[in-house]
Amino acid sequence: MIRVVKAEARKLKRRSLLLSTFATVGGLSGLFTAIVYLMINSASGNSKRGERISALQLSQPDGLVYGFKLVGAFLGIVALCIFASQTAQEYTYGTLRNLLVRQPSRMKILVGKFISMKIYALLMVIFAGGFSIALSYALAGHAKVSTATWSSHAALVILGQTTLNIFISTLCFGTLGMILGLLFRSPIGAIATGVLWTLILENIISALIANTAKWMPGQNFSNIGEGGSAIASYKYSLLISAIYLLLGSSLVAILFKRRDVAN
Amino acid sequence: MEKLAISATDLTKKYGERTALSHANFSVPAGTICGFVGPNGSGKTTTIRMLLGLISPTSGTGTVLGENISLPEKYLPKVGAMIEGPAFYPALSGLENLKVLADLGGFPVERAEELIAKVGLGDRGGSKFKTYSLGMKQRLGIAAALLPNPELLVLDEPTNGLDPSGIQEVRELIRDLANRGTTVFVSSHLLSELEMISEYLVMLREGKVIFSGRTHDLLAGAEPIIVAKPEYEVDLTKLVKLIEDTGHAVAVRDGAVHVTSAKEWAPTLNRLAFEAGITLATITTAQQTLEETFFEMTEDEA
Repeated sequence: MIRVVKAEARKLKRRSLLLSTFATVGGLSGLFTAIVYLMINSASGNSKRGERISALQLSQPDGLVYGFKLVGAFLGIVALCIFASQTAQEYTYGTLRNLLVRQPSRMKILVGKFISMKIYALLMVIFAGGFSIALSYALAGHAKVSTATWSSHAALVILGQTTLNIFISTLCFGTLGMILGLLFRSPIGAIATGVLWTLILENIISALIANTAKWMPGQNFSNIGEGGSAIASYKYSLLISAIYLLLGSSLVAILFKRRDVAN
Repeated sequence: MEKLAISATDLTKKYGERTALSHANFSVPAGTICGFVGPNGSGKTTTIRMLLGLISPTSGTGTVLGENISLPEKYLPKVGAMIEGPAFYPALSGLENLKVLADLGGFPVERAEELIAKVGLGDRGGSKFKTYSLGMKQRLGIAAALLPNPELLVLDEPTNGLDPSGIQEVRELIRDLANRGTTVFVSSHLLSELEMISEYLVMLREGKVIFSGRTHDLLAGAEPIIVAKPEYEVDLTKLVKLIEDTGHAVAVRDGAVHVTSAKEWAPTLNRLAFEAGITLATITTAQQTLEETFFEMTEDEA
């Protein structure tokens, strides 16, 4: 298993992928955090859906992770794209046959791939969090936000919880990407379907049909990152997400194990 | 009893109604070079994929290095393979691609560096795979197949895209490996190459094994041929008709007739052509090459 993780890590740490991922993650993290602090007095709001977050709110212990929380769902989309492309590319490049000749256990390939991408997602979340927090400190003075409570024990606990929640949320999106990658066997098909569904179709369905949001996988993955919301509790989203992902993973694992590698 | 590197018993693969391979029976003795030939779509790659555990047979069985093909994890660590051309990650360098496979197989990464140099890619090992020419990609594929220091090397069209010196290098490499006890199972369209290096042959046509055995036995069993070329190409049809009327098998290749017959019949053919008003520009007798035998065996009933 460790061998598969090492081999996958070698692919994931290629410079072009690392640069593009971390530039995207840094850019998103910086953008969302900067909006919160630089538009603090804006009439059009400084948070999602025009919500206004005041300096007083940001001065609380959870103010430290406000920007980080906003970027959480987008980290999930980045993970979905990476997991999907890293999985489906083995089919499009025809490299799966090389992998299976060197490691005939298909389950080891699958689990090893997942572990290495999980580590990659963790690094991505830590980077996004670190960048957002550093920027929050840098912009706090400009927004007249007091940072006194940000180094308190309560703030550190919130930081730990938020990082864990965003990591779980990112992992859920990533796992969905991997499932789609194995189903579609094409990076473009898998990414297009995943992004279209989670970002657009789920929102349209939720808007048109009442009470459907809490059944949507993408909405629940995002809800985990936010630590729960009015739509669904944190535990509910964890349970629903786990059910969806377990069913999806079991299906693709069976397909991956049994399907002939004919390309 | 002869030790076998590969054996297939009634190996069959069906895709829906289509039979890609039908009841294939053949064996490859250990330590030999075995050519695997057949027209496109005859089932070569399907067979190779079944032997490597990539696709499962519909029925029948086989062994590789003494292990059943249903348990590829038992023999694949000792097998090197390049299937249907080289497939690698375009954004990684040739060396990094090899290191990925070295990591996966548990081989030291230094082995990847050695092999990059061995196949003549030393100075381009750090370049991205997508910048490689077809010949370079092929060399990298061969290097990847050599990673485990294999007991059995399976090569599918290893000389595709290589220049004549590259082809010669591959031939020497295969011979060198065989001399050191590696069994090489190689498919190629370059039948003259296979004739030079293969002691054994497995020949497929339309998913069926039509020959499996020593190359020498196949060629010795083939009848000699007379090759005659008329001065004017327009006379070819007339010449073919003339020969067919005598009851000899005849085929037209490259503007000449190939008549399956003993060399003693050549003067008769010359005379018959002359009497029919056809001038022969050349007439020669020869033993059939592997290519001619292949065409004869794969075209007759096709």
